[in-house]
This record gives sequence, C-alpha cells and structure tokens, in this order.
Amino acid sequence: MSFDLSLLRDSGISWLDASGPESGIVLSTRVRLARNLQGLPFTIRTREDDRAAILEQVLGAGNASKHLEQATLYRLDELEPADRQLMHERHLVSKELAGLEGDRGLKTSAAVLTNGELGVMINEEDHLRLQCLRSGFALADAYNELERLDIDLGAALPFAFHPEFGYLTSCPTNAGTGLRASVLIHLPGLVLTKEIAKVLQGLSQVGLTFRGLYGEGSEVVGNFFQLSNQTTLGKSEDELLDHLGKIVRQVIAYETQAREVLRRDAAMVIADKVWRAYGLLRYARSLSFEETMNLLSGVRLGVGLNLITDLSVYTLNKLLVFTQPAHLELFEGKALTAQDLSISRASYVRRELEADAARGSQ
Amino acid sequence: MQCDNCKEREAAVHLTQIVDNSVTTLHLCPQCAAEKGVQTSANVAKFPLSDFLASMGQGVGAHLAPDDSSETCDFCGATLKDFRETGRLGCPHCYDTFESHLRDRLRRLHGSSHHVGEVYLTSEPAGTNLQEREIGEMRKRLKTAIETEHVELAAELRDQLRALE
Ligand SMILES: [Zn+2]
Ligand SMILES: [Zn+2]
Repeated sequence: MSFDLSLLRDSGISWLDASGPESGIVLSTRVRLARNLQGLPFTIRTREDDRAAILEQVLGAGNASKHLEQATLYRLDELEPADRQLMHERHLVSKELAGLEGDRGLKTSAAVLTNGELGVMINEEDHLRLQCLRSGFALADAYNELERLDIDLGAALPFAFHPEFGYLTSCPTNAGTGLRASVLIHLPGLVLTKEIAKVLQGLSQVGLTFRGLYGEGSEVVGNFFQLSNQTTLGKSEDELLDHLGKIVRQVIAYETQAREVLRRDAAMVIADKVWRAYGLLRYARSLSFEETMNLLSGVRLGVGLNLITDLSVYTLNKLLVFTQPAHLELFEGKALTAQDLSISRASYVRRELEADAARGSQ
Repeated sequence: MQCDNCKEREAAVHLTQIVDNSVTTLHLCPQCAAEKGVQTSANVAKFPLSDFLASMGQGVGAHLAPDDSSETCDFCGATLKDFRETGRLGCPHCYDTFESHLRDRLRRLHGSSHHVGEVYLTSEPAGTNLQEREIGEMRKRLKTAIETEHVELAAELRDQLRALE
C-alpha cells in the first residue's frame, strides 16, 4: 500500500498553521467522539473477521459522507513501523491504533480515514473514534464539524446506544457522550512563575485533566499541556465544551498575567533566557528531543513577549512535529541511532530557522 | 507514587499480596482502592459494620470482589472479573448484563449515570424499545381518530394507551 501524507491537506499539519484563535498560546484543539457498532463485541474481544467487517462498514459509511470527500485511507496494519510512528507523531492516529502501545500491539484492520483535520480511526479501543483537529483555540468549530460527520456515520451505521447510559464504549470512562475535547496549550509563564502547580491542581477540582504533548501517559515537555474533560456522562456535549472552554479561557488569562509579571519583574532574565534558547537552536550541532522542546518553549515565549519579532509561530509549530524521530528518519531516508538523531535534529532546526529568518528579512 | 490501577492519581493505599508464593505490592489511589473494595481508614467509616466484618473475613489483599465476579455476558462471554482486570467491557450487551454494577461505576466516574447529551436516532431506531414506538404510533392514531370524530375508536385507543402507560 502506498504511504503518502502529501495526499492530505497541507500534508496533515494544517492544524498547526497558527491561523486559529489564540494561536500564540493555544497550539491546537482536538475533539473526538467514541462510537461502537451494535451487534459486535468491543475491539478488545473482536476477532480478525469482526474487525474486517467493521472496517468495511465504516469505510462504506465514511466514503459516502461528503464531509470526508477529500479523505485518504491509511491501513495501519499494512504500514511499516516507522510510517505508523510518523502518523502518530503527526497526531493523525493514537498510539494505540498505531500499534505502538507496548503490550497491546498492532491489530489487523486498524485504519484511519482522514483528510488531515477531520477523520475517523477504525478498530481503535472503540470501533470508531471520530476526531477533528483545529488550529488554535476552536472548540465549537471542531465539534460542529465533528457532529456533522457523526450524523452522517450514525445514519448509515447502527451505533450502540443505551437510553440511560448513552453511547456505549469499551471503557466506561468514555460512555455517554463519548466526547473528549482537548486543548494543547503552552504555559511557560505559569511554569516560570511557579504558579503552574496551583493551576493544575485546580483543574482536577473542576473535572478536567491534563497530559503531555502526546496524550495519555506522555510526559510534559517544553511546557506544553493538553487540557481535557475528565467526564463524558451526565452533561451534554455543549455543557462539556462550554465548561472546558471557560476554564481554558481562564488559564489563558492566568498565563497572560504571568507573562506580564515576567516582563515587569524579570525582563532581563527572561530576555536572556529567550535569546539563549534561540541561539542554541540556531547554532547547536546536536539536540535531544527534550532539549529541543524546552528551547522551542523559550523561543515561543520570546515571540509571545514580542522580544523576537520576525519568527513565525507556524515555523515553531512545525519544528515540534518534524523534530521527532520518525520524521527525521524520513528526511534522512534511513534509520538513525540516538546520536545521529540528535545531529540530524540540530541540522534540521538550523535549516528551518535560517529559512524563516531569510523570509523575514526579505 | 502513581496508582497501579488508573496510573493517574497518587497512590495512597499500599497492599501487600502473596500470590503463588511471591510477594507483590499493589499501590492504589483512594478511588481505585474503594472501587476494588479495599477498606482504608478513609473509606471504612462510610461502610456499615457488617460489610467491614465481611471483608475482614476475606483478608486484606485477597480479591475482594464479591461472588458476582463469575457473572457472564451471554453475548460476548465477558465476566465481571474480566472487566475488573482490564477496565474494559466486552460488548454493548455487557452494559445490560452488569447494569447495576456499571451504574455505580459510572456514577463514581462521572458523578452521574444518566446520559443527557445527543440522542442517537436513526430511521430504524436500534436502541429504543418496541413499547415506546408502539405508544407513539397509538398516540398518532388517537389524534387522527379525534380529528376525524371516530369517537368509539378514540375511546378504545385511549383505554389501550392507558393500559400501556
Ligand atoms: Zn487509581
Ligand atoms: Zn458482553
């Protein structure tokens, strides 16, 4: 099977183009809906032929939906590990679907039908995981698009639905609406002013959770946090989204305040931090992923504080994605050792920053 | 230390178990401990004394699941024990098979077990029960009967509807 991400709108990274609301602080918004087909076991108990049937049914419905007209099908089970990793790094599929979740492995008929922003993962933990990615802080936009796809698919497929419990999911933590909305947000101000612990503690008290850049179980690096709703049942989709939206607005306001404090009370310390980060990224010859994330965080803060004025946020966003291992290996056209990865990463970052600077000075 | 079960919250309960002659320690957060039925000083007060004594009998660290753990879903063959071990249900029917257990679980997880979001409707409703559709149909016929002044039919339908509702 061919593997070509250029078939997708903007190669599947349009959600990183920094065109959305609040895109200086919020990188992207993701909303997903979990759905299962009536009359079949959940994925954990499916056999190979069940999953083949699920794939066929969902594709039939998906291909008929005008919302997925431009979508491409990627059969994860027919892809090389490096390509699956690449899709995960690009946020197009979950770790689980890509078969990268240690003990669980890759399932036959695991697939995703996506146009890069809107799509459906098939044979994930649930039969269907509809997901919509958007640039910036755009919960309502993302959900509206997703809802239209949900209606199309639901009209063609028999979703498992219970009058009391709502949409039925393999794990009861997703039952009801099946909705998980998350906002990827950059909070260096709160981290530097040491206010972050308070904010994160507050989140759990209002029914939200946070994770690292790459979802469940991933570590927080580069001050990037994914904030999402914890519960999915007992509140309507709009209530869940409103609630998350309100809290995110508040977090954005806190972050903005924290940045003001930094600008006022520690201007020189911050400017030094920012420019050191930029200098390292621009000239270093070897960079680990974690170091890159932390330096990018510093530079992004510099852009937010108008210390660095002619560097595009899109370039910074792209660097987050393209400096990951599978992306670097794709560029180099071969598998890389950890040491070579760091060298390749540094040279990629250097080239991109140089190109951005050249564009800026034109 | 992270909870071994949910891998999210901080572990507060540390259980030492002896399984197959080897000693393992399980670290749980208060919520997961409560879900697994482990008594802690924090939640013990909320349980009646009889429950507490009953759980003592089984010994700390034993599988504290009551004997319903072998209850099996007719459709997919999953048991309550499977669910407790994996955290995942086997199929949509499991929600009916383990209904009361799940209702409690959903309440603990979400604060409610009652879905109030989008309702799934198709031309061929898969989830709604037959009786509801029947009642809807009869209401329509009753309305038509009243509008067309078929008094006897209307009376008959009204009585049938009352019996159904
Ligand atoms: Zn736990
Ligand atoms: Zn079942």
